[in-house]
Amino acid sequence: MIRVFIADDEAPARDRLRELLDDIAAELPTSLAGEARNGLEALERIPQSGAQVLLLDIEMPGMGGLEVARHLALLPEAPTVVFVTAHDRHAVEAFELNALDYLLKPVRAARLAAALRKALAGGAPGREQLARAAGGAREYLSVAERHRILLVPVRDVLFLRAEQKYVTLRTRSEEHLIEESLVALEREFAGRFVRIHRNCLVARAAIRGFERGSGGEEDPHWLVVLEGIAERLPVSRRQWPALRELMAEKP
Amino acid sequence: MSIRQKAFSDVLPDFRNLGVIARVLVAVNAAAAAGALFAAADLAQALERFVAMAAFLEPLLLVDLVALLLASPLLQRLPYAAGFALVLALVMALAALYQALLPMVLAEPLPDAWRTLALSALIAAGVLGYLRLVAKAYSPALAEARLQALQARIRPHFLFNSLNAVLALIRRDPRRAERALEDLSDLFRTLMAEPRQFVRLSDEIALLERYAGLEQLRLGERLRITWELDAAPSDALLPPLVLQPLLENAIYHGVEPGTASGEVLVRIERRGKRVLARIENPYLEAEQSRAGNRMALDNIRERLALFFDAEARIDTRSAGGRYRVEIEIPYRAARA
Repeated sequence: MIRVFIADDEAPARDRLRELLDDIAAELPTSLAGEARNGLEALERIPQSGAQVLLLDIEMPGMGGLEVARHLALLPEAPTVVFVTAHDRHAVEAFELNALDYLLKPVRAARLAAALRKALAGGAPGREQLARAAGGAREYLSVAERHRILLVPVRDVLFLRAEQKYVTLRTRSEEHLIEESLVALEREFAGRFVRIHRNCLVARAAIRGFERGSGGEEDPHWLVVLEGIAERLPVSRRQWPALRELMAEKP
Repeated sequence: MSIRQKAFSDVLPDFRNLGVIARVLVAVNAAAAAGALFAAADLAQALERFVAMAAFLEPLLLVDLVALLLASPLLQRLPYAAGFALVLALVMALAALYQALLPMVLAEPLPDAWRTLALSALIAAGVLGYLRLVAKAYSPALAEARLQALQARIRPHFLFNSLNAVLALIRRDPRRAERALEDLSDLFRTLMAEPRQFVRLSDEIALLERYAGLEQLRLGERLRITWELDAAPSDALLPPLVLQPLLENAIYHGVEPGTASGEVLVRIERRGKRVLARIENPYLEAEQSRAGNRMALDNIRERLALFFDAEARIDTRSAGGRYRVEIEIPYRAARA
């Protein structure tokens, strides 16, 4: 029995996939691990569902399938994703989805069976591959817990600071460790965050001003004042001119 | 700008185009042949003259074509009259240069320089005039093709999602599946129809309702449509498929991307000699990445201009969390 999870925002589309799974049950027995009506719901339900394969619609409100898959990839036992889309071939190519397995709507039973078999044999696509396919920046950053994926909206993030193997993510009220590289984050969210130090990115919109530092061991000349938190972040000598220029053009 | 203005714009032909080059070659040589025939007493003599003329003419013609090819990016940007003058000047300058250089390689006596210049200018002007006529003859077909392309622009994802929804219905609710397929075929019949001048508003409204039914099937309670059609003049004439793309946009941008249910308003009414149509949908802040809205609006704006010229108006506004498109066209009643 393969445990299959279905995520699609359209009820008839979920009905159809369930029907098709029934149809192929004789040659490929499956059980339904759960269903979700949008991306956020999917991320909430999948970790506890024990799903092995996820049939994931790409165009969903809230969070699209491509981003869902990127967050799921954090789970130690992430289900293998089979994307489902009604897009024509042209749009699929634009997504660079060729590298991933996907089903075109309307889905045929034989194609579904083949995709499920392939998914079980092949394993999940890598995070880099998904990032490439998704193209744009994510709306959320995620932290994988045991049976849960915690999502932090990128717009709530005040700063990101590299600490050895991890990056610390800070919002007004929370602090998390995420397993990503600061360089990749800087590239993905260019424009939203600015680098103030070799190890630190700060949300541009959260910067309230600068204070002169007292001159500690590293002699930080300037400190960034952020909205909503008391912590001040040191600006490196190297980033200071670029940062000052950037903030001067801020409306 | 309307299609009518765009359909035939007075610009010089693109000399990088192979078809244009071929036309120029044929036209100039035909002129030379006609000249040879005109001046000769019989066919044999005409042939002889033509061959002699060609030996003089072809190298110059090729140089002219290369020069025009190189100058083409500039010529495309100039207004027609300036471009025309520049082509004449270029051709005459090259002819003068050719006439001056030829004695270095050729011992034969040359034709009079002024005659060469005058002939070059005349032939160049004639060829440009001919090319302009050709462009003009093609433009109505271009405009029509464009119109057809506009009408066929329904989103593929709508078709495939709808088919998918119908497939899901076939076993559990065959009657509803039948109705959905009927709606879908009506919709596509209209989309694939020959471009017509006008349709009755009642037909366009029926189309809207069919389309809405299909979307309702897919989206269920996420889509709520309020229809305010009591004051709609069913006999009013309008270009086909003006309202459906607007409703499609409203759902695609205002309802589909939202997790909550979204309300769409369709209001059509007659106010004196005008017909007013308004379509409203929730304005989703996050919905800036989904492209395509502008294109559909520009298409409709162009078509309204084509049919009604300056008498039609279309504008959009977003306020208070709602996005609104309003169209105003003159009320013209269909004959009963």
